[in-house]
Amino acid sequence: MGQTEKLDARRIRADFPIFERLVGGKPLAFLDSAVSAHKPRQVLEALGDFYEHSYGNVGRGVYTLAERANEAYEKAREKARKFVNAHSPREIIFTRNTTEGLNLVAYAWGLDNLGPGDIVLASELEHHSNFVPWQEVARRTGAEFRVIPVSSEGELELDALEQVASGGDLKIVAITAISNSLGTIVPVERLIRFAHERGALAVIDAAQAAPHREVDVQALDCDFLAFSGHKMCGPSGVGVLYGRSELLERMSPFMTGGGMIRRVSVEKTTWAELPHKFEAGTPPVAEAVALGAAIDYLDGIGLDSIAAHEHELTAYALERLGELPGVTLYGPPLERRAGIVSFNLEGIHPHDVAQILDAEGVCVRAGHHCNQPLMRKLGVAATSRASFYLYSLPEEIDRLVAGLERTQKVFA
Amino acid sequence: MSIDDLYRELILDHYKSPRHHGRLDPADASAEGQNPLCGDELTVTLRLGADGETIEDLAFDGHGCAISQASASMLSEEVIGRKVADVAAITTDEAPLVAMMIESGTPLTPIRLKCALLGLGVLKVALHKSAGTPLPEEWAGIEEVDFE
Repeated sequence: MGQTEKLDARRIRADFPIFERLVGGKPLAFLDSAVSAHKPRQVLEALGDFYEHSYGNVGRGVYTLAERANEAYEKAREKARKFVNAHSPREIIFTRNTTEGLNLVAYAWGLDNLGPGDIVLASELEHHSNFVPWQEVARRTGAEFRVIPVSSEGELELDALEQVASGGDLKIVAITAISNSLGTIVPVERLIRFAHERGALAVIDAAQAAPHREVDVQALDCDFLAFSGHKMCGPSGVGVLYGRSELLERMSPFMTGGGMIRRVSVEKTTWAELPHKFEAGTPPVAEAVALGAAIDYLDGIGLDSIAAHEHELTAYALERLGELPGVTLYGPPLERRAGIVSFNLEGIHPHDVAQILDAEGVCVRAGHHCNQPLMRKLGVAATSRASFYLYSLPEEIDRLVAGLERTQKVFA
Repeated sequence: MSIDDLYRELILDHYKSPRHHGRLDPADASAEGQNPLCGDELTVTLRLGADGETIEDLAFDGHGCAISQASASMLSEEVIGRKVADVAAITTDEAPLVAMMIESGTPLTPIRLKCALLGLGVLKVALHKSAGTPLPEEWAGIEEVDFE
């Protein structure tokens, strides 16, 4: 392992065709990568090349194209395996996105293994996709759904852990590695250990982590981990669920149909081997192949370099926004924060902020960020959120600050 | 019209000094609604005249973005004194702020449209609830969010 190389965001930016465009006559200041990232030429070309030269369905045909498609799809799976350091490609399931991966675990594992007296533990930081599926499966099975509270700075109150997990049989700890609305870096290792000490499974939402820093499922020792391709420079429509093979083997399928069976008769159907048992129907073949190209792209730059770059930008954003009068910043201190900054302008709704910024070509997210329980806890209906990625530049933050000053003038 | 002008000329006056703001108690009809996308919330309370057909008084209460609150305020000015049946028939394109934006050649984007239509939606729910008539199909969604 060498020293982290400093990333050249300007050079990287040249790989992304979207930044050559003017939107509404303005160059983009794109500060919303936490919702979805833009795509470099390398990924777009991989997608196009695959459709032009190798496209076919997978696991079905015997002709050359089908073989080629199959090979490319499985190669992408191997890249995804290596990306999160899974033990085997059998533990890598291609999904549509993080949401589908988390639902897969909640339903396929939860419906068969949860019941009255059991506790499913999530947190107030969770995105709705790691909150609602568990709440719903708990409701259906009679298990109890509970949440670890967060502090006013958006950090988990770990002192409350023992108490919130007591009085029942803890079965699941479902936790995000990084808060999508506040950028909080969650001490997941500690929560995974806590789950395992009580015989529970640990399910990690890595949607905001996997694109930005190294994720190693073996080092984490988590049982399941889900992330999306579109947030890490890959195409929309493909995501990855990692699951420990001994768990996946014992689980019932999530969806059934073509491609996931071994033998079907009127009396009984048996399931295909892992990972195919969890990939019913035609999967996002080309998208998975292009996700493989995105993984290559990120690996080529280095996730450590990406994390360091985002850290610098976050420090700069916190400083610049902190200087503006009438700005409230949310979330933890810099050292425990990823590249996400949520804020509000006094007396101005985030939607109005985002609308006025948009006229300047500045893209931020405004809303509750699929975090309604967290917003309630913070005592706000919504926030504005700026988030950074490998192609983000400090002058985009300058344009954000200028746009906010303008917004304040309009509302003055 | 630029977005800054739109805010300055149309929206901010109503946003900062909303007309008919608050809650009527007692009221003949009321409804609450939210725009789950951005957390806008509005409650409408209204009183009918002796004929039972005229909106005699009405008030909106709530919080949210300037577009949602200002459009409710504009709507309140427009419907007080009018017949329930006429108000219930106002289409989405006729909603106050929406109509002005269409006229100015810069219609609201679909996402902001939801903000601008929350007031009309909540008012329609209140009117149909009190009349016991079914909500028109285009408003059906709004009833799914938290109404009490």
